[in-house]
Amino acid sequence: MATEPFTEEVAGSCVDAGGSAIGMPQLCFDWFPNQIFWLVITLVVIFLVLSRVALPRIAAILAERQGTITNDLAAAEDLKAKAVEAEEAYNKALADARSEAQRIAAEARAEIQVGLDEAIAKADAEIAAKAAESEKAIADIRAGALESIQVVAKDTAAELVTALGGKADADAINGAVDAQTKG
Amino acid sequence: MASETTAAHGAEGAEHAAESSSLVFHPMDQFIVEPLFGGEIAWYTPTNVTLWLFLSIVAVIGLLVLSTSKRAIVPTRMQSIAELAYGFIYKMLEDICGKEGIKYFPYVMTLFMFIVTANFLGLIPTSFTTTSHFAVTIPLALAVFLTVTILGFVKNGAAFLGLFWVSSAPLALRPILAIIELISYFVRPVSHSIRLAGNVMAGHAVIKVFAGFAAIAVISPVSVLAITAMYGLEVLVAFIQAYVFTILTCVYLKDALHPSH
Repeated sequence: MATEPFTEEVAGSCVDAGGSAIGMPQLCFDWFPNQIFWLVITLVVIFLVLSRVALPRIAAILAERQGTITNDLAAAEDLKAKAVEAEEAYNKALADARSEAQRIAAEARAEIQVGLDEAIAKADAEIAAKAAESEKAIADIRAGALESIQVVAKDTAAELVTALGGKADADAINGAVDAQTKG
Repeated sequence: MASETTAAHGAEGAEHAAESSSLVFHPMDQFIVEPLFGGEIAWYTPTNVTLWLFLSIVAVIGLLVLSTSKRAIVPTRMQSIAELAYGFIYKMLEDICGKEGIKYFPYVMTLFMFIVTANFLGLIPTSFTTTSHFAVTIPLALAVFLTVTILGFVKNGAAFLGLFWVSSAPLALRPILAIIELISYFVRPVSHSIRLAGNVMAGHAVIKVFAGFAAIAVISPVSVLAITAMYGLEVLVAFIQAYVFTILTCVYLKDALHPSH
Protein backbone atom coordinates (compact mmCIF):
# COMPACT_ATOMS: atom_id res chain seq x y z
CA MET A 1 0.00 0.00 0.00
CA ALA A 2 0.97 3.62 -0.34
CA THR A 3 1.48 3.92 3.40
CA GLU A 4 5.00 2.41 3.61
CA PRO A 5 7.01 5.68 3.67
CA PHE A 6 5.34 6.80 6.87
CA THR A 7 5.65 3.67 8.96
CA GLU A 8 8.88 4.70 10.70
CA GLU A 9 7.21 7.92 11.92
CA VAL A 10 4.46 5.91 13.49
CA ALA A 11 6.75 3.72 15.53
CA GLY A 12 6.11 4.16 19.22
CA SER A 13 3.61 6.63 20.55
CA CYS A 14 1.35 8.56 18.17
CA VAL A 15 1.01 11.69 20.32
CA ASP A 16 3.87 13.81 21.66
CA ALA A 17 4.26 15.27 25.17
CA GLY A 18 2.29 18.39 24.22
CA GLY A 19 -0.72 16.35 23.05
CA SER A 20 -0.05 17.05 19.37
CA ALA A 21 -0.06 14.40 16.73
CA ILE A 22 3.24 12.92 15.63
CA GLY A 23 2.98 12.41 11.88
CA MET A 24 -0.41 11.34 10.61
CA PRO A 25 -2.86 10.09 13.23
CA GLN A 26 -4.39 8.09 10.39
CA LEU A 27 -1.33 5.85 10.46
CA CYS A 28 -1.29 5.19 14.19
CA PHE A 29 -1.88 1.47 14.19
CA ASP A 30 -2.39 1.44 17.96
CA TRP A 31 -5.83 2.93 17.35
CA PHE A 32 -6.82 0.64 14.48
CA PRO A 33 -8.49 -2.13 16.53
CA ASN A 34 -10.59 0.41 18.41
CA GLN A 35 -11.71 2.22 15.26
CA ILE A 36 -12.43 -0.98 13.36
CA PHE A 37 -14.38 -2.45 16.28
CA TRP A 38 -16.68 0.57 16.60
CA LEU A 39 -16.96 0.90 12.82
CA VAL A 40 -18.19 -2.67 12.49
CA ILE A 41 -20.78 -2.08 15.22
CA THR A 42 -21.89 1.14 13.51
CA LEU A 43 -22.23 -0.52 10.12
CA VAL A 44 -24.16 -3.45 11.55
CA VAL A 45 -26.54 -1.11 13.40
CA ILE A 46 -27.08 1.08 10.33
CA PHE A 47 -27.55 -1.99 8.14
CA LEU A 48 -30.14 -3.47 10.50
CA VAL A 49 -32.00 -0.16 10.84
CA LEU A 50 -32.04 0.33 7.08
CA SER A 51 -32.96 -3.20 6.04
CA ARG A 52 -35.53 -3.79 8.80
CA VAL A 53 -37.18 -0.38 9.18
CA ALA A 54 -36.17 2.46 6.91
CA LEU A 55 -35.96 0.92 3.45
CA PRO A 56 -39.16 -1.19 3.61
CA ARG A 57 -40.99 1.83 4.97
CA ILE A 58 -39.76 4.20 2.27
CA ALA A 59 -40.48 1.57 -0.39
CA ALA A 60 -44.02 1.23 1.00
CA ILE A 61 -44.50 5.00 0.98
CA LEU A 62 -43.31 5.27 -2.62
CA ALA A 63 -45.47 2.33 -3.71
CA GLU A 64 -48.48 3.77 -1.90
CA ARG A 65 -47.95 7.12 -3.55
CA GLN A 66 -47.63 5.47 -6.95
CA GLY A 67 -50.85 3.56 -6.25
CA THR A 68 -52.66 6.69 -5.18
CA ILE A 69 -51.56 8.53 -8.28
CA THR A 70 -52.64 5.63 -10.50
CA ASN A 71 -56.00 5.40 -8.72
CA ASP A 72 -56.58 9.12 -8.95
CA LEU A 73 -55.79 9.08 -12.64
CA ALA A 74 -58.19 6.18 -13.16
CA ALA A 75 -60.89 7.98 -11.17
CA ALA A 76 -60.35 11.12 -13.23
CA GLU A 77 -60.65 9.06 -16.40
CA ASP A 78 -63.87 7.55 -15.03
CA LEU A 79 -65.35 10.93 -14.20
CA LYS A 80 -64.41 12.23 -17.60
CA ALA A 81 -66.19 9.30 -19.26
CA LYS A 82 -69.22 9.96 -17.06
CA ALA A 83 -69.24 13.61 -18.04
CA VAL A 84 -69.16 12.67 -21.72
CA GLU A 85 -72.00 10.22 -21.10
CA ALA A 86 -74.04 12.85 -19.31
CA GLU A 87 -73.48 15.30 -22.14
CA GLU A 88 -74.65 12.70 -24.64
CA ALA A 89 -77.74 11.98 -22.57
CA TYR A 90 -78.46 15.70 -22.35
CA ASN A 91 -78.09 16.13 -26.11
CA LYS A 92 -80.30 13.12 -26.71
CA ALA A 93 -82.97 14.45 -24.36
CA LEU A 94 -82.78 17.81 -26.10
CA ALA A 95 -83.21 16.20 -29.53
CA ASP A 96 -86.10 14.07 -28.24
CA ALA A 97 -87.85 17.08 -26.78
CA ARG A 98 -87.39 18.98 -30.00
CA SER A 99 -88.85 16.19 -32.16
CA GLU A 100 -91.72 15.72 -29.68
CA ALA A 101 -92.50 19.41 -29.88
CA GLN A 102 -92.46 19.23 -33.67
CA ARG A 103 -94.75 16.20 -33.61
CA ILE A 104 -97.23 17.93 -31.27
CA ALA A 105 -97.19 21.03 -33.41
CA ALA A 106 -97.85 18.99 -36.56
CA GLU A 107 -100.70 17.16 -34.85
CA ALA A 108 -102.28 20.37 -33.72
CA ARG A 109 -101.91 21.82 -37.18
CA ALA A 110 -103.57 18.74 -38.71
CA GLU A 111 -106.45 18.92 -36.23
CA ILE A 112 -106.99 22.57 -36.95
CA GLN A 113 -106.84 21.84 -40.68
CA VAL A 114 -109.57 19.21 -40.35
CA GLY A 115 -111.83 21.64 -38.47
CA LEU A 116 -111.05 24.33 -40.94
CA ASP A 117 -111.83 22.11 -43.91
CA GLU A 118 -115.16 21.12 -42.37
CA ALA A 119 -116.06 24.72 -41.66
CA ILE A 120 -115.03 25.75 -45.17
CA ALA A 121 -117.09 22.93 -46.70
CA LYS A 122 -120.08 23.87 -44.59
CA ALA A 123 -119.70 27.51 -45.45
CA ASP A 124 -119.31 26.61 -49.15
CA ALA A 125 -122.52 24.55 -49.01
CA GLU A 126 -124.36 27.36 -47.31
CA ILE A 127 -123.03 29.83 -49.80
CA ALA A 128 -124.05 27.55 -52.68
CA ALA A 129 -127.56 27.13 -51.20
CA LYS A 130 -127.93 30.88 -50.71
CA ALA A 131 -126.63 31.55 -54.24
CA ALA A 132 -129.12 29.03 -55.71
CA GLU A 133 -131.97 30.65 -53.77
CA SER A 134 -130.93 34.06 -54.88
CA GLU A 135 -130.61 32.95 -58.50
CA LYS A 136 -134.12 31.45 -58.32
CA ALA A 137 -135.46 34.72 -56.84
CA ILE A 138 -133.69 36.70 -59.56
CA ALA A 139 -135.14 34.38 -62.25
CA ASP A 140 -138.60 34.78 -60.75
CA ILE A 141 -138.20 38.52 -60.63
CA ARG A 142 -136.89 38.53 -64.21
CA ALA A 143 -139.77 36.34 -65.37
CA GLY A 144 -142.22 38.55 -63.50
CA ALA A 145 -140.68 41.67 -65.00
CA LEU A 146 -140.86 40.24 -68.56
CA GLU A 147 -144.43 39.35 -68.11
CA SER A 148 -145.26 42.80 -66.73
CA ILE A 149 -143.40 44.41 -69.61
CA GLN A 150 -145.42 42.37 -72.13
CA VAL A 151 -148.67 43.24 -70.38
CA VAL A 152 -147.73 46.92 -70.18
CA ALA A 153 -146.47 46.88 -73.79
CA LYS A 154 -149.69 45.23 -75.07
CA ASP A 155 -151.83 47.61 -73.08
CA THR A 156 -149.81 50.55 -74.24
CA ALA A 157 -149.91 49.31 -77.86
CA ALA A 158 -153.66 48.74 -77.70
CA GLU A 159 -154.17 52.21 -76.21
CA LEU A 160 -151.87 53.73 -78.86
CA VAL A 161 -153.71 51.97 -81.70
CA THR A 162 -157.05 53.06 -80.29
CA ALA A 163 -155.83 56.60 -79.82
CA LEU A 164 -154.68 56.71 -83.43
CA GLY A 165 -158.17 55.75 -84.53
CA GLY A 166 -157.63 52.20 -85.33
CA LYS A 167 -159.11 49.18 -84.04
CA ALA A 168 -156.96 47.22 -81.82
CA ASP A 169 -156.37 43.77 -83.10
CA ALA A 170 -155.43 41.87 -79.96
CA ASP A 171 -153.72 39.00 -81.79
CA ALA A 172 -151.59 41.26 -83.97
CA ILE A 173 -150.52 43.33 -81.02
CA ASN A 174 -149.68 40.22 -78.98
CA GLY A 175 -147.64 38.81 -81.84
CA ALA A 176 -145.74 42.06 -82.33
CA VAL A 177 -144.97 42.54 -78.62
CA ASP A 178 -143.85 38.94 -78.32
CA ALA A 179 -141.59 39.34 -81.34
CA GLN A 180 -140.13 42.58 -79.92
CA THR A 181 -139.58 41.30 -76.37
CA LYS A 182 -138.13 37.99 -77.52
CA GLY A 183 -134.79 39.36 -78.50
CA MET B 1 -4.40 9.94 -4.92
CA ALA B 2 -0.71 10.75 -4.86
CA SER B 3 -1.42 14.47 -4.64
CA GLU B 4 -3.66 13.86 -1.67
CA THR B 5 -0.95 12.17 0.34
CA THR B 6 1.61 14.81 -0.59
CA ALA B 7 -0.86 17.50 0.45
CA ALA B 8 -1.12 15.84 3.84
CA HIS B 9 2.65 15.53 3.92
CA GLY B 10 2.95 19.23 3.08
CA ALA B 11 0.65 20.04 5.96
CA GLU B 12 2.94 18.11 8.24
CA GLY B 13 5.93 19.98 6.86
CA ALA B 14 4.19 23.27 7.61
CA GLU B 15 3.55 22.04 11.11
CA HIS B 16 7.21 21.24 11.73
CA ALA B 17 8.42 24.48 10.16
CA ALA B 18 5.96 26.54 12.18
CA GLU B 19 7.22 25.25 15.50
CA SER B 20 10.32 27.44 15.21
CA SER B 21 8.33 30.62 14.42
CA SER B 22 5.55 32.37 16.36
CA LEU B 23 2.86 30.61 14.32
CA VAL B 24 1.54 27.33 15.69
CA PHE B 25 0.21 24.82 13.22
CA HIS B 26 -1.33 21.60 14.35
CA PRO B 27 -3.43 20.65 11.33
CA MET B 28 -3.34 16.94 12.14
CA ASP B 29 -4.38 17.22 15.78
CA GLN B 30 -8.04 17.12 14.77
CA PHE B 31 -7.55 13.51 13.73
CA ILE B 32 -6.21 12.27 17.10
CA VAL B 33 -8.23 9.48 18.65
CA GLU B 34 -8.91 10.19 22.33
CA PRO B 35 -10.67 8.09 24.94
CA LEU B 36 -13.89 9.68 26.13
CA PHE B 37 -13.39 8.75 29.78
CA GLY B 38 -9.59 8.68 30.00
CA GLY B 39 -7.36 5.64 30.26
CA GLU B 40 -5.61 3.60 27.62
CA ILE B 41 -7.13 2.98 24.20
CA ALA B 42 -8.00 -0.70 23.96
CA TRP B 43 -10.12 -2.15 21.15
CA TYR B 44 -13.32 -1.72 23.21
CA THR B 45 -12.60 1.72 24.75
CA PRO B 46 -15.27 4.33 23.95
CA THR B 47 -13.40 7.10 22.13
CA ASN B 48 -14.28 10.19 20.13
CA VAL B 49 -14.44 7.79 17.19
CA THR B 50 -17.19 5.91 19.03
CA LEU B 51 -19.04 9.14 19.75
CA TRP B 52 -19.02 10.38 16.18
CA LEU B 53 -19.81 6.97 14.74
CA PHE B 54 -22.75 6.85 17.15
CA LEU B 55 -23.83 10.32 16.02
CA SER B 56 -23.79 9.16 12.41
CA ILE B 57 -26.13 6.32 13.40
CA VAL B 58 -28.38 8.91 15.04
CA ALA B 59 -28.23 11.05 11.90
CA VAL B 60 -29.13 8.10 9.68
CA ILE B 61 -32.03 7.14 11.93
CA GLY B 62 -33.21 10.75 12.06
CA LEU B 63 -32.95 11.14 8.31
CA LEU B 64 -34.46 7.86 7.15
CA VAL B 65 -36.60 6.59 10.04
CA LEU B 66 -37.93 9.53 12.04
CA SER B 67 -38.57 11.68 8.97
CA THR B 68 -40.71 8.94 7.41
CA SER B 69 -42.61 8.07 10.59
CA LYS B 70 -45.76 9.81 9.36
CA ARG B 71 -45.69 7.88 6.06
CA ALA B 72 -47.20 10.92 4.39
CA ILE B 73 -48.44 10.62 0.81
CA VAL B 74 -47.51 14.27 0.39
CA PRO B 75 -44.03 14.27 1.95
CA THR B 76 -42.62 16.76 4.41
CA ARG B 77 -39.21 18.27 3.65
CA MET B 78 -37.32 15.71 5.69
CA GLN B 79 -39.30 12.86 4.20
CA SER B 80 -38.52 14.15 0.70
CA ILE B 81 -34.83 14.04 1.57
CA ALA B 82 -35.18 10.42 2.71
CA GLU B 83 -37.09 9.55 -0.46
CA LEU B 84 -34.56 11.39 -2.62
CA ALA B 85 -31.67 9.50 -1.01
CA TYR B 86 -33.54 6.23 -1.49
CA GLY B 87 -34.37 6.96 -5.12
CA PHE B 88 -30.87 8.25 -5.85
CA ILE B 89 -29.06 5.10 -4.68
CA TYR B 90 -31.79 2.75 -5.95
CA LYS B 91 -31.59 4.21 -9.45
CA MET B 92 -27.79 4.24 -9.40
CA LEU B 93 -27.71 0.56 -8.46
CA GLU B 94 -30.39 -0.38 -10.99
CA ASP B 95 -28.71 1.58 -13.81
CA ILE B 96 -25.31 0.03 -13.22
CA CYS B 97 -26.06 -3.52 -12.05
CA GLY B 98 -29.50 -4.08 -13.54
CA LYS B 99 -32.35 -5.89 -11.83
CA GLU B 100 -30.03 -8.49 -10.22
CA GLY B 101 -28.29 -5.74 -8.31
CA ILE B 102 -31.43 -4.65 -6.44
CA LYS B 103 -30.89 -7.55 -4.00
CA TYR B 104 -27.80 -5.75 -2.66
CA PHE B 105 -29.56 -2.40 -2.25
CA PRO B 106 -29.52 -2.42 1.60
CA TYR B 107 -25.72 -2.98 1.61
CA VAL B 108 -25.05 -0.18 -0.86
CA MET B 109 -27.48 2.13 0.91
CA THR B 110 -25.76 1.39 4.25
CA LEU B 111 -22.39 2.35 2.79
CA PHE B 112 -23.72 5.53 1.21
CA MET B 113 -25.70 6.70 4.23
CA PHE B 114 -22.83 6.00 6.62
CA ILE B 115 -20.22 7.81 4.50
CA VAL B 116 -22.41 10.78 3.66
CA THR B 117 -23.54 11.36 7.26
CA ALA B 118 -20.02 10.85 8.64
CA ASN B 119 -18.63 13.30 6.05
CA PHE B 120 -21.20 15.97 6.86
CA LEU B 121 -20.89 15.48 10.62
CA GLY B 122 -17.15 15.94 10.15
CA LEU B 123 -17.83 19.41 8.74
CA ILE B 124 -19.19 20.61 12.07
CA PRO B 125 -16.39 22.70 13.63
CA THR B 126 -14.45 20.86 16.39
CA SER B 127 -16.05 17.58 15.37
CA PHE B 128 -14.14 14.39 14.63
CA THR B 129 -14.24 13.12 11.05
CA THR B 130 -14.42 9.35 11.16
CA THR B 131 -14.13 8.96 7.37
CA SER B 132 -10.76 10.77 7.38
CA HIS B 133 -9.19 7.67 8.93
CA PHE B 134 -7.81 4.80 6.92
CA ALA B 135 -8.85 2.56 9.81
CA VAL B 136 -12.43 3.34 8.76
CA THR B 137 -12.17 3.53 4.98
CA ILE B 138 -9.92 0.47 4.52
CA PRO B 139 -12.40 -1.90 6.20
CA LEU B 140 -15.17 -0.35 4.10
CA ALA B 141 -13.21 -0.84 0.88
CA LEU B 142 -12.00 -4.31 1.90
CA ALA B 143 -15.58 -5.34 2.68
CA VAL B 144 -16.61 -4.28 -0.82
CA PHE B 145 -13.57 -5.99 -2.38
CA LEU B 146 -14.12 -9.27 -0.53
CA THR B 147 -17.88 -9.22 -1.15
CA VAL B 148 -17.37 -8.66 -4.86
CA THR B 149 -14.67 -11.31 -5.18
CA ILE B 150 -16.57 -13.97 -3.22
CA LEU B 151 -19.86 -13.11 -4.90
CA GLY B 152 -18.18 -13.24 -8.30
CA PHE B 153 -16.89 -16.76 -7.74
CA VAL B 154 -20.11 -17.98 -6.11
CA LYS B 155 -22.30 -16.62 -8.90
CA ASN B 156 -20.10 -17.41 -11.90
CA GLY B 157 -17.60 -20.04 -10.71
CA ALA B 158 -14.42 -20.06 -12.75
CA ALA B 159 -16.14 -17.90 -15.36
CA PHE B 160 -15.48 -14.97 -13.02
CA LEU B 161 -11.84 -15.14 -14.17
CA GLY B 162 -13.15 -14.06 -17.58
CA LEU B 163 -13.07 -10.59 -16.03
CA PHE B 164 -9.28 -10.68 -16.52
CA TRP B 165 -9.32 -12.29 -19.97
CA VAL B 166 -10.18 -9.55 -22.45
CA SER B 167 -11.72 -11.65 -25.23
CA SER B 168 -12.15 -8.66 -27.53
CA ALA B 169 -8.36 -8.03 -27.65
CA PRO B 170 -5.95 -9.80 -30.06
CA LEU B 171 -4.87 -13.18 -28.69
CA ALA B 172 -1.22 -12.17 -28.31
CA LEU B 173 -2.13 -9.21 -26.12
CA ARG B 174 -4.49 -11.08 -23.83
CA PRO B 175 -1.91 -12.45 -21.33
CA ILE B 176 -0.39 -8.99 -20.91
CA LEU B 177 -3.82 -7.43 -20.49
CA ALA B 178 -4.70 -10.17 -18.01
CA ILE B 179 -1.74 -9.16 -15.83
CA ILE B 180 -2.72 -5.48 -16.05
CA GLU B 181 -6.33 -6.32 -15.25
CA LEU B 182 -5.25 -8.47 -12.31
CA ILE B 183 -3.08 -5.68 -10.87
CA SER B 184 -5.82 -3.12 -11.35
CA TYR B 185 -8.27 -5.46 -9.67
CA PHE B 186 -6.12 -5.74 -6.55
CA VAL B 187 -5.37 -2.02 -6.47
CA ARG B 188 -9.10 -1.32 -6.29
CA PRO B 189 -9.49 -1.52 -2.48
CA VAL B 190 -6.40 0.68 -2.03
CA SER B 191 -7.61 3.45 -4.31
CA HIS B 192 -11.16 2.99 -3.11
CA SER B 193 -10.25 3.60 0.54
CA ILE B 194 -7.45 6.16 0.18
CA ARG B 195 -9.51 8.28 -2.23
CA LEU B 196 -12.17 8.81 0.43
CA ALA B 197 -9.94 9.25 3.50
CA GLY B 198 -7.38 11.30 1.57
CA ASN B 199 -9.89 13.77 0.18
CA VAL B 200 -11.61 14.30 3.50
CA MET B 201 -8.35 14.51 5.47
CA ALA B 202 -6.63 16.88 3.04
CA GLY B 203 -9.53 19.34 3.02
CA HIS B 204 -9.79 19.39 6.80
CA ALA B 205 -6.04 19.77 7.23
CA VAL B 206 -5.92 22.65 4.74
CA ILE B 207 -8.70 24.44 6.64
CA LYS B 208 -6.63 24.05 9.83
CA VAL B 209 -3.54 25.46 8.12
CA PHE B 210 -5.50 28.51 6.95
CA ALA B 211 -6.90 28.85 10.46
CA GLY B 212 -3.30 28.90 11.81
CA PHE B 213 -2.52 31.88 9.57
CA ALA B 214 -5.45 33.78 11.08
CA ALA B 215 -3.20 34.50 14.09
CA ILE B 216 -1.44 37.17 12.02
CA ALA B 217 -3.73 40.24 12.00
CA VAL B 218 -2.75 41.38 8.50
CA ILE B 219 -3.38 38.03 6.91
CA SER B 220 -6.43 37.07 8.94
CA PRO B 221 -9.10 38.51 6.54
CA VAL B 222 -7.54 36.56 3.69
CA SER B 223 -7.33 33.55 5.97
CA VAL B 224 -11.01 33.78 6.93
CA LEU B 225 -11.97 34.12 3.25
CA ALA B 226 -9.82 31.14 2.38
CA ILE B 227 -11.40 29.08 5.16
CA THR B 228 -14.87 30.01 3.91
CA ALA B 229 -14.02 29.06 0.34
CA MET B 230 -12.35 25.85 1.48
CA TYR B 231 -15.35 24.99 3.63
CA GLY B 232 -17.66 25.41 0.64
CA LEU B 233 -15.43 23.12 -1.34
CA GLU B 234 -15.43 20.61 1.51
CA VAL B 235 -19.24 20.55 1.57
CA LEU B 236 -19.06 19.57 -2.08
CA VAL B 237 -16.31 17.02 -1.43
CA ALA B 238 -18.27 15.50 1.47
CA PHE B 239 -21.11 14.59 -0.87
CA ILE B 240 -19.07 13.81 -3.96
CA GLN B 241 -16.74 11.40 -2.14
CA ALA B 242 -19.71 9.52 -0.68
CA TYR B 243 -21.20 9.41 -4.18
CA VAL B 244 -17.95 8.25 -5.76
CA PHE B 245 -17.45 5.53 -3.14
CA THR B 246 -21.00 4.28 -3.71
CA ILE B 247 -20.91 4.39 -7.50
CA LEU B 248 -17.59 2.52 -7.53
CA THR B 249 -19.13 -0.06 -5.23
CA CYS B 250 -21.92 -0.46 -7.77
CA VAL B 251 -19.43 -0.77 -10.63
CA TYR B 252 -17.43 -3.44 -8.77
CA LEU B 253 -20.66 -5.24 -7.93
CA LYS B 254 -21.53 -5.25 -11.62
CA ASP B 255 -18.25 -7.05 -12.33
CA ALA B 256 -19.27 -9.76 -9.88
CA LEU B 257 -22.74 -10.11 -11.44
CA HIS B 258 -21.74 -9.79 -15.09
CA PRO B 259 -17.99 -10.54 -15.36
CA SER B 260 -17.86 -10.55 -19.19
CA HIS B 261 -16.43 -7.44 -20.76
